[in-house]
Amino acid sequence: MVRIIDRRFDSKNKSAVNRQRFMRRFKNQIREAVADAISGRSIKDLDNGESVTIPSKDLSEPQFHHGRGGIWENIFTGNDQFSSGDQINRPQGGGGGGTGKGKASKDGEGEDDFVFNLSREEFLDVFFDDLALPNLVKTQLARIHEYKSQRAGFTNDGTPANINVVRSLRGALGRRLALSSPYRGQLRELQKQLDELLETRPEDDPEILALKEEIGILRAKIDAIPFIDTFDLRYNNRIKVPKPTTQAVMFCIMDVSGSMDEDKKATAKRFFMLLYLFLTRTYEHIEVVFIRHHTIAKEVNEEDFFHSRESGGTVVSSALEMMKDILHARYLNGAWNVYGAQASDGDNWENDSPHCRELLADTILPFVQYFAYIEITPGEPQNLWREYEKLVGAHANFAMQHIEGLPDIYPVFRELFKKKLA
Amino acid sequence: MSAKRQKRRQPLPAPGEWTFELIEAYHAEIDRVARNYGLDTYPNQIELITSEQMMDAYSSVGMPVNYHHWSFGKSFLQTEKSYRRGQMGLAYEIVINSNPCIAYLMEENTMTMQALVIAHAAYGHNSFFKGNYLFKQWTNADAIIDYLIFARNYLTECEERYGEEEVELLLDSCHALMNVGVDRYKRPEKLSLNKELTRQRERAEYLQSQVNDLWRTLPTAHVKTQAVEERRFPSEPQENLLYFIEKNAPLLEPWQREVVRIVRKVGQYFFPQRQTQVMNEGWATFWHYTLINTLYDEGLLADNFMLEFLHSHTNVVYQPSYSEPWYHGLNPYALGFAMWQDIRRICENPTDEDRYWFPDIAGSDWRETFDFAMRNFKDESFIAQFLSPKVMRDFRLFAILDDDKEAKLKVSAIHDEEGYRRVREILSDNYNLGSREPNLQVWNVDLRGDRSLTLRHQAYQRRPLSGDADEVLKHVARLWGFAVRMEVAREDGSVEVLQECRQDRRKASDT
Repeated sequence: MVRIIDRRFDSKNKSAVNRQRFMRRFKNQIREAVADAISGRSIKDLDNGESVTIPSKDLSEPQFHHGRGGIWENIFTGNDQFSSGDQINRPQGGGGGGTGKGKASKDGEGEDDFVFNLSREEFLDVFFDDLALPNLVKTQLARIHEYKSQRAGFTNDGTPANINVVRSLRGALGRRLALSSPYRGQLRELQKQLDELLETRPEDDPEILALKEEIGILRAKIDAIPFIDTFDLRYNNRIKVPKPTTQAVMFCIMDVSGSMDEDKKATAKRFFMLLYLFLTRTYEHIEVVFIRHHTIAKEVNEEDFFHSRESGGTVVSSALEMMKDILHARYLNGAWNVYGAQASDGDNWENDSPHCRELLADTILPFVQYFAYIEITPGEPQNLWREYEKLVGAHANFAMQHIEGLPDIYPVFRELFKKKLA
Repeated sequence: MSAKRQKRRQPLPAPGEWTFELIEAYHAEIDRVARNYGLDTYPNQIELITSEQMMDAYSSVGMPVNYHHWSFGKSFLQTEKSYRRGQMGLAYEIVINSNPCIAYLMEENTMTMQALVIAHAAYGHNSFFKGNYLFKQWTNADAIIDYLIFARNYLTECEERYGEEEVELLLDSCHALMNVGVDRYKRPEKLSLNKELTRQRERAEYLQSQVNDLWRTLPTAHVKTQAVEERRFPSEPQENLLYFIEKNAPLLEPWQREVVRIVRKVGQYFFPQRQTQVMNEGWATFWHYTLINTLYDEGLLADNFMLEFLHSHTNVVYQPSYSEPWYHGLNPYALGFAMWQDIRRICENPTDEDRYWFPDIAGSDWRETFDFAMRNFKDESFIAQFLSPKVMRDFRLFAILDDDKEAKLKVSAIHDEEGYRRVREILSDNYNLGSREPNLQVWNVDLRGDRSLTLRHQAYQRRPLSGDADEVLKHVARLWGFAVRMEVAREDGSVEVLQECRQDRRKASDT
């Protein structure tokens, strides 16, 4: 008696619950791994999973076992040289081969760290976790491309529901005309002869009868051409195109003066990443311009932007000048949506701050979609903050936020998302 | 494959791809031959699964249902990783000791592999599960699936009621003690099938723990203190730590006792398997080899089928020698297969040596001898009883004595006239769970004092406990609720406290 059961189509993810349990249990390690990954990654590289390494000692499930030492006597196979009573040196490498086989595998191997891969969703989950985003925003950001279906001419095959009747009949008509035209020419010719003959001869004249017969054959031939044929059929063609079809440029401006330490830079990086992520959901093509500054500004690549150390005083206007120049030189041909993001600890040269405000108000804000400023400082707002505050009411596309920890980043984008969600 | 081979019938088709019809046809033939050999099995249930489902099954220790725990997730990730990277192939089959006996076949297998696996699992392992005394005594094939379903539902309920975290911590502790949660020498009661019965017992247990006079805190004015002080608890050392905790841990809630019990029962279910690797795998390998060859002799199998079969079979029973880099100890399939083949040979064509070593089985009916051996032995005794000089010579077995007080290793015996008995003795001892795993006992509970629990490690051959023993001790302390001590009793009679883990849950919960 046997029962043969096909289980292949049963639920596949039996272990999904256990995987979640595992993730929850090692949340801290995973969080750390994600934080490490973020500092190591380009800000454009958020749509990938990450491999997470967990030290094996954290994972071990302890049990009572024998340790090394004491007396062990074991059996091996394939004796090729030994006789009873031989003495052998202990093999190198902790005696893995010489002591108990159970031990060798337990203590010798299996000490590698445990590595596994976070999927893209899991990675973003952890990333969002820190930032305290509202759920709706999370789902919106985590969504990959949105496509819209769009007409793109006609094709020769498709589903019956998509038949384009006008096109198909027009094709059929053309084909009928083309195929019948030689016969029609002859038909006209014969008809003319017949008409001429009819004027001079009686109706039952053999020549007239012959002509009539020939005309009948031609008519039959014309009628035999099918009214509509399968290759006349035309279908509406629909293709999927990514919905965002515009491009954007994102300016990242960061203060790298001595007072910006690694922690502040890490916070700033999350801020830039989040803005980038938001932009990728809206625009198809994004360019990023990195400008760092202390007393003078410099356009750099991403690597230098986050990792090189500078020190000295701070003149914020240098960076704004540079942004203005780049903006006007490269991105004002109407094809670009411009976003600006500035991170600083707000500690600016006193006389420079009013100048910054003017620069921003006159030469930058009119041309950008959105400009966000975050001030990363644990204490009171600094002078730059007070100047910028004057801009908030007058310009709807300007947002600023004082940040002490990661959860404070999101409110900067609130306005932006609100617009998006509406 | 012998001279008497005759083409009686058309061979069964052997395409690369299997179909359900073919599996049934092959199964019918294998079944017929197996019955002729007198194999007694549970009814079979063959389930076709994908590789992903196979990984699922791996990570829940081969069971079709199991409760949820992060460690299963971990093993799934591990399996998945090494499988995806091609470091490891998946087993062709998993077979579950249940009635009906469930055998999983992977859809990737070729038709030949499916036939091999059916012969191996659905007839080899299956008949072993049904016949071997350990499995008969320790597991209840009729009830295991029901019990696991009950266990999963019960734990889910506990999670809902007491929180996943709480249950997870408890399971962690129980898993750490799974290996010391079995009565090694006493036959356990059968797994309860009926939930109602379980609940009843649970209630009874709870009541009993309430009246257990161990923890009575009422003043016992009339009891003579002298008598109490002399009383030991437990009155005799106990080997089943989990059972002891389930019944006696003072602070566990009833549901926690039930969880301890579930883990204990599941651990116990795997206990026979750990003791019959060589026998069981050897038995199954012998039978797939014998059954398939018999079918071939009848002319039912095509040559291409046979070549693929032999190729797989040879891989399974490959035994590298000690000096090769991929040596990982004795291959239980190889050793077991060789031993069963050898027993048949001793029965059918005994030599003088065999008659001297095995007077009672040499020349006997091999079927009867097989049945006797399969039913009444485990690895340890099977090897002690049946490992013949010929197999030792074929494997070129030798013994190495590793004494950490000596500078060098010593070859204590090899496959020669003087060494046979010694080699066999050592190999048998290597498979003895009692010497393979540390011997731990619940030694004493300080009833009159701080209620601390003392465990004693009876050292054997001066072998120490491994480093993570203190981690396990923390788990014991968490379950026990009070301080736990581990002492070691050496062979020279000295006793020493190794480590102590303080814990006072009662106080912790008061504050």
